[in-house]
Amino acid sequence: MPPDPSDLSPQDLEEVEAEAAAAVAAAGTAEELRAVEGAVLGRHSGLAALNQGLGGLPPDRRRAAGQEIQATRARLREAIARRRGELEGIERRARLMAERLDLTEVLPVPGRGHLHLVTKTRWSLEDTFVGMGFEVVEGPEVETDWYNFEALNMPPAHPARTGQDSFYLRLGAPESILLRTHTSPVQVRLMESRQLPIYAVVPGRCYRRETPDARHIPIFHQIEGLVVDHGITFGDLAGTIEAFANAYFGPAIHSRLRPGSFPFTEPSAELDITCTICAGAGCRTCSSSGWVELGGCGMVDPNVFANVGIDAEEWTGFAFGFGIDRCAQMRHGLADTRLLLENDIRLLSQV
Amino acid sequence: MRAPLSWLADFAPFDVDPADASSVGALAATLSDLGMVVDGIETVGGGLEGVVVARVTELEAIEGADRIRRVLVDAGEAELVQVVCGAWNFAPGDLVPLARVGAVLPGDFAITERRMRGVASAGMLCSGRELRLSDDGAGIMVLRGADPEPGTPLVEALGLEPDVVFDLDIETNRPDALSMAGVARDAAARLRLPFRIPEPAIGELERTGEGARVTVEAPDLCPRLAAQLLTGVSVRQSPRWLARRLALAGMRPINSVVDASNYVMLDLGQPTHPYDLDRLGGGGLLVRRARPGEVLVTLDGVARRLGLAADGSPVDDCLICDATGKAVGIAGVMGGESTEISVDTRRVLLEAANFEPMAIARTSRRLGLRSEASVRFERGADPEGIPRAVARFCQLVAAAGDGTGPAVGELADVRAPAPPRRPVRVRVERVNAVLGTDLDEEAVGAYLAPIGFEVRPGGPGALEVGIPSFRPDASREIDVIEEVARHHGYSRIARTRPASPRVGALTSYQADRRRVLEVLAGTGATEAWTPTLLGPDDHRRAGLGGPSLEVDNPLAREESVLRRCLLPGLLGALHRNASHRHGRVRLCEVGHVFAWPPEGQVLPDEREHLGVALAGPGDDARAAVVVWRALADALRLERVDLVAEPLGPAGALLAAGAPSAGAPSWADAPPSAGGPWPAGGPPGGSSSDPSGATPSGPSGAPSSADAPPSAGGPWPGLHPTRSARLVVAATGTELGGLGEVDPEVLAAFDLAGRVERVGWIEVDLGRLLGAPRRSEQVEAPTRFPSSDIDLAFSVDQSTPAASVEVTLARAAGEMLEELALFDVYRGPELGEARRSLAWHLRLSAPDHTLTDEEVASLRRRCVEAVQAAHPARLRGG
Repeated sequence: MPPDPSDLSPQDLEEVEAEAAAAVAAAGTAEELRAVEGAVLGRHSGLAALNQGLGGLPPDRRRAAGQEIQATRARLREAIARRRGELEGIERRARLMAERLDLTEVLPVPGRGHLHLVTKTRWSLEDTFVGMGFEVVEGPEVETDWYNFEALNMPPAHPARTGQDSFYLRLGAPESILLRTHTSPVQVRLMESRQLPIYAVVPGRCYRRETPDARHIPIFHQIEGLVVDHGITFGDLAGTIEAFANAYFGPAIHSRLRPGSFPFTEPSAELDITCTICAGAGCRTCSSSGWVELGGCGMVDPNVFANVGIDAEEWTGFAFGFGIDRCAQMRHGLADTRLLLENDIRLLSQV
Repeated sequence: MRAPLSWLADFAPFDVDPADASSVGALAATLSDLGMVVDGIETVGGGLEGVVVARVTELEAIEGADRIRRVLVDAGEAELVQVVCGAWNFAPGDLVPLARVGAVLPGDFAITERRMRGVASAGMLCSGRELRLSDDGAGIMVLRGADPEPGTPLVEALGLEPDVVFDLDIETNRPDALSMAGVARDAAARLRLPFRIPEPAIGELERTGEGARVTVEAPDLCPRLAAQLLTGVSVRQSPRWLARRLALAGMRPINSVVDASNYVMLDLGQPTHPYDLDRLGGGGLLVRRARPGEVLVTLDGVARRLGLAADGSPVDDCLICDATGKAVGIAGVMGGESTEISVDTRRVLLEAANFEPMAIARTSRRLGLRSEASVRFERGADPEGIPRAVARFCQLVAAAGDGTGPAVGELADVRAPAPPRRPVRVRVERVNAVLGTDLDEEAVGAYLAPIGFEVRPGGPGALEVGIPSFRPDASREIDVIEEVARHHGYSRIARTRPASPRVGALTSYQADRRRVLEVLAGTGATEAWTPTLLGPDDHRRAGLGGPSLEVDNPLAREESVLRRCLLPGLLGALHRNASHRHGRVRLCEVGHVFAWPPEGQVLPDEREHLGVALAGPGDDARAAVVVWRALADALRLERVDLVAEPLGPAGALLAAGAPSAGAPSWADAPPSAGGPWPAGGPPGGSSSDPSGATPSGPSGAPSSADAPPSAGGPWPGLHPTRSARLVVAATGTELGGLGEVDPEVLAAFDLAGRVERVGWIEVDLGRLLGAPRRSEQVEAPTRFPSSDIDLAFSVDQSTPAASVEVTLARAAGEMLEELALFDVYRGPELGEARRSLAWHLRLSAPDHTLTDEEVASLRRRCVEAVQAAHPARLRGG
């Protein structure tokens, strides 16, 4: 029973508004709210009835009453919108809760594979030298005696050969063929075939006939460097080694050259770096010296240049070499080099 | 070499206090910096405070103990000292070292009051080893010869001075540094100390004028032979100072004559050999080549066969013989048993010779026999040092005797004429050019003169440098430059960096190889590194026939053959992991494989292969295809066909281990376009390819002749009906094989039951990376909507899905945006001979939306093309 508009009073409007507001608040779902919205704002709502009754009011009251009704309608609209927002929040929450997932209960699937420790080390060594303007060159693992020894100033029965026991192949060839004992034969091939100057490193697998122990395996990896250019000096060798040591091992790691002897270099040097374990303070690894031996180096011997037809008066050069496996061991703290050959997934998947 | 400081000090006044670690360290640093690396420093004769001489007065058994006794000793005090001792080599009246309570022996061994079997022990009687005075640890050191008062400090009683022994690592090019004199010369030069080798004083010795009979029949092997007769020799113990020096240098004292010979070698670097003249037939020496097969028993009691190599060919071994020609020693390596010095020896013939270094090295290597003498001869002894070494020997033998002898004869000295050693012209400019230094003539000369090089002016900017006879390693300007560098100090040369004119970069082959490994890692494969050397049976077990390259001198039979493929190695790696219950893994490897040298080449056909073994959960041949596709996509390969071989009749199917004769070998195919290394492989193979590391020619497309002979049959080692060859569609080049490892091969590698199916890919990496690639040019995707059609065909089982796919792609032409097989179905309604294959095609045009008519016409074209080209029918159509 709509109130008689002629009796329209503030009390009536308040009643209608209170009733409508209660209905809005009571709506529990978006659908209920839509129904309530129709009931309290629609054509059959109390507000609509009051509005229709405006015409029966004396003109002096009509305007004010109309404004009252409009204000009430606006307030109710606002309440409905607020309630709609609340209900959407509640529903979204319920939906999300239903989809809840514990991300730590995910079952494992086969993961990515891992590169070998030696490969990773080889790549970073290569990258360091590439950054210094070197190219990376490779060569065969099976070599002739000429490339492996003689061209490198190591004639048969040279004392240095005793330290490089070799695997020879049963080929019946006129020349003896062996598994290379170092990557140096590639340097010879490079000098034979390449336009000078040369700035190159040679990584690769080498073989020596040694019974395996914690420090030696008969199959191992080496990286050598070769620079041949006008005006190359021993100072250039020392500076290049130092730059490499800083770049690869870190700015706190320095290098030191000591006199040594190799058939293919003169002057020759043993190459030490700051002990990476104790940073030079002295520890068991470096026998308290602060230095560990990394490899060998020197100025290319003029006999080697002669063997490949390079004029030693015009060109000078240096070469250096060390073990990739040893660098990998230092980097990963691996004491026994034999582990590198075992391909144990439990080791390889750690890095 | 072990060099006692006191011995070095015979030659130069080193100002080093053995007790002062910093002064010892400074000398060690100098030695190391000169290239005589100090591997260890041992302090001796120190740590003996608290050790006194004591006289044994009483020995008594301890009840219930059969190994230790109660000993009372007089240590020079009012009361006797009681100790318990387990040694039995002394008697009452003997003088022995007693370490008092509170003493700390070398090695930080503190002596405390102890009680054994209820008997108190107030100190310890010591062995020579416990005091680090000798090697003898068998019993208590009993002092003989001297008669010090009990209580005298042992150091005083023995005249011991604290000493330091440097353990030096001498490089092979420094034979001069294999002697105390040589080490001292080098160090003195660096420290600017005077250096002098004392002349042996033998003027007092009686002269007999008697000369030894010596003949050299092989002057090429023995350029100088000197022999000295000594008569009236008495062989006894060496004086304590000499025995101690030998012991410190690491040699065991034997008797005064042998010790004198060893001492001279360590002192001056010249090995000598003393013979008992009365056991030497004919009373003289003869040097000749060994007769093939001649046998000699060396001092170590081993019978050595000489004059023959392992393969039976004759070799040059130089023998020392008596005057009748009977061999008495292997020259420069080791003496024989028969003429050894004994306590009864009265007449000694000392041999001091110089031998051809290469000959000694060969003999020593072949016999596996290295001695202190052979090491010095093969590196080069000083031929001019012989007379001094002989005199030094005579002096030492005399010093060890009782003052009555010996008498010495005339030195017999036979020398082959040797070319004079020419002085070397050293250009100062060259010194600086090689080293990067700024030295003048004076500075260069000042480094060289103190180490025995004679320096004279050699014209403008140059020196004429005479090389001393004890430096056989130096004969060229560059060798002299090395000496300048050494004595200038490597660390004093300023460090500079040359500027490479090149931009450093990996070759495309190297970059792609990294990419291959990274893609494989992304598919779950872990990189292995398997041995290059396999067992003789491994290839056969892996289904690969044909000859392999064998190592002539393997360490073990299981590592005697060069691998021709990666299958045995990776199966071995799978096995190792399976044995740790980690067999369900994916492994990959990039490594070299080797086949017999192609006709006319010296080196083997060596290539780089890629192998992938897929043994993860559920892996099989399909996994291999999936991984292959990922790889091919990452490399943007143009079409590569998977060519399966039809299965022959049952009789032609051979089990693993009995490969068919026609099984392909990698060697059957010519090498890929260029190897990954400079000069393309074979030695002397010209320098045609200066680009070196660039693996393949610019086109990367091998000629059709590059295709391997169609040997037929399944890929070696792979499952015959679950494998295929990878063939580049455009060129016919075979890249490798793919599929599943033959179950029989798995069984042969003891993997049956350890892993299930194993997917496998093996390709020639050079060919893979040289195969044609899709262009890197891209097309902008169309902005117009696309249309999808699905087509299912019932296709004959023998028709590969791939060939239908090729037909579809061709028929759809330019409008094809995507083509994917999405369903494979086999069922009774299709019959045994057919299966259903369903493809999804997405079609679009770059410039308009395809009309229904266009789509329908394309669909019709596809269906007609497939039905025309294959035994296939559209399903539901």
